[in-house]
Amino acid sequence: MFKKLGIIAVSALTLSAGIALGAPGGGKVKDVDFSFEGPFGTFDQNQLQRGLKVYTEVCAACHGLKYVPLRTLADEGGPKFTEDEVRAYAAEMYEVFDAELDDFRPAKPSDNFPGSNLAGAPDLSVMAKARAGFYGPYGTGMAQLFKGMGGAEYISAILTGYTGKEKEEAGTVIYENVAFTGGWIAMAPPLSDGQVDFDDGSDNSVQNMSEDVSAFLMWTAEPKLMARKKAGLTAVFILTLLSVLLYLTNKRIWAPIKGKKTS
Amino acid sequence: MSGIPHDHYEPKTRGEKWLHSRLPIVGLLYDTLMIPTPKNLNWMWIWGIVLAFCLVLQIVTGVILAMHYTPQIDLAFASVEHIMRNVNGGQFIRYLHMNGASLFFFAVYLHIFRGLYYGSYKAPREITWIVGMLIYLLMMGTAFMGYVLPWGQMSFWGATVITGLFGAIPFIGESIQTWLLGGPAVDNATLNRFFSLHYLLPFVIAALVAVHIWAFHTTGNNNPTGVEVRRDSKAEAEKDTVPFWPYFVIKDLFALAVILIVFFAIVGFMPNYLGHPDNYIEANPLVTPANIVPEWYFLPFYAILRAFTSDVWVVMFASWITGGIIDAKFFGVLAMFGAIAVMALVPWLDTSRVRSGKYRPMFKWWFWLLAIDFVVLTWAGAQPAEPPYSIISLIGSAYWFAYFLIILPILGVIEKPLAQPDTIEADFNAHYPKAETPAE
Repeated sequence: MFKKLGIIAVSALTLSAGIALGAPGGGKVKDVDFSFEGPFGTFDQNQLQRGLKVYTEVCAACHGLKYVPLRTLADEGGPKFTEDEVRAYAAEMYEVFDAELDDFRPAKPSDNFPGSNLAGAPDLSVMAKARAGFYGPYGTGMAQLFKGMGGAEYISAILTGYTGKEKEEAGTVIYENVAFTGGWIAMAPPLSDGQVDFDDGSDNSVQNMSEDVSAFLMWTAEPKLMARKKAGLTAVFILTLLSVLLYLTNKRIWAPIKGKKTS
Repeated sequence: MSGIPHDHYEPKTRGEKWLHSRLPIVGLLYDTLMIPTPKNLNWMWIWGIVLAFCLVLQIVTGVILAMHYTPQIDLAFASVEHIMRNVNGGQFIRYLHMNGASLFFFAVYLHIFRGLYYGSYKAPREITWIVGMLIYLLMMGTAFMGYVLPWGQMSFWGATVITGLFGAIPFIGESIQTWLLGGPAVDNATLNRFFSLHYLLPFVIAALVAVHIWAFHTTGNNNPTGVEVRRDSKAEAEKDTVPFWPYFVIKDLFALAVILIVFFAIVGFMPNYLGHPDNYIEANPLVTPANIVPEWYFLPFYAILRAFTSDVWVVMFASWITGGIIDAKFFGVLAMFGAIAVMALVPWLDTSRVRSGKYRPMFKWWFWLLAIDFVVLTWAGAQPAEPPYSIISLIGSAYWFAYFLIILPILGVIEKPLAQPDTIEADFNAHYPKAETPAE
């Protein structure tokens, strides 16, 4: 009988969770089969490196990553550049204000990425967790159980969702985007085919670049994703073992009480 | 301590006797662990252990998080990111804490509904029930304040909406709200006091848990039949019970391990599933989220809060009869707290002399309807406050009150209960026919 209550409780939990996320309708978000999804998913190191390049050459013009320490670019489970590469990248690409010098100096690995340059451009550090791509079916959010939350998919969908139409509203040009809530976005289409040259010669279509930078932003939002999944798998494995042992112990100690034979 | 006769601790060695005559702490632990427990308890009696585990988990992870967190509005969000990125193991500890709250409420709801079905609230266990309800209220307060600490958009706007409820109290509401917030709006003072209280309340909960356990160790556990343990002699009591250790400790630990498999799978593989994406956006008092939603475990009561709009006749009536002092907003607040109050008063609202729902043919249906009602309210609470959701919330809220205030009092009078087993032993032996020969 109380199985019923269990089922009701579990369905309440999954339903309500999804619904809480399913705030007023986002636009169309297409599922992308990212390498980091699912319990065994891992980041693709090369993709993260390509994504950093897209971010550096395109997004960084306006958007910041103020919570992300530059040194983590060399971390395990991330783009995993060498420390020298990170040092060079930091010094070459960014200047930070040093309160001790009272002046700007080239960035060091111990600094964070700078914040946004443009007032209206949101910081992208945790953007991939601050948006959900999937709500369905019927706003239950169950899709997230299978496809993931869809934050990276959302970013990729925004980058590829432009229809080419634009209009002027209150003195600013806004652009039609099928993935954006309300259908019109202030950000001009940032990517065009062939815009970024990848060192490994990967396809640089808008679709591919958008996926690479989305994967990179998933990493900036969740830099310990791989360590977390590994810890999760270890915990599930050990607890399963423990459950079996406790089940057998329980069965054995209750056997005389229940009048059952023990072997 | 216990009302059921059983063996007590006898200090044997000189050292034990020395300690026992000064502080009988070993005896207390022995009596607590060896309490005679009805041997027919089913799998719904495992949530107590899960809840105890949750409390310990939340306190341990919480204390560690507090070492790295900064309760200051310009630094709070960044300090959480610091925990997620720079603190060793910080991200896992934080995700445990975040999802630990969900497990805590998941378990407490099943624990409460277990009590509602098997009549665990009935005499002589009213105090256990009331203390339990106090724990539940404190849990809600603690969880609510904890959710504010990361200082995301939902933290800020959730705090604004919920503290706004106190502003709905006539005459003194605004002063109370200002007093609670430490200013005219949710700000640094609010964050500071919420942090302080979020750290304090779990220890109050721990103390109440001890009282909760003390109370039901005095009355003895309820059980699925609702029939009391025979306690005229130790020999009689032993036919109905087995000691808590090892029989139920091992059983409960097995259940806990299974539940933790699911819990760690959620923490490891989808730790943000139960959260709201907006809370990864730093709080901004100038931008209101499109749909302000509390955490899932508040949704049923949030639905009740929003169900009573000014066009509902009871609201209009209340407003008319009080000369407008009770408006829709205040009515909603009263309804929300009332929904918990009627649950707390259920020992005196349920008139049936039969304890367990198992032997109440009509009650069963109403109970399951209440369980479904709870789920529907949870779902409705997350929807925008507009038709058809507002109507669904209203019907759901009405049933919630009707169940406690009308159905339970009447059912006890008109319902013809089924025959109950004479003893727990009889019930147990009906399940395990071979158990009759005393097994040694």
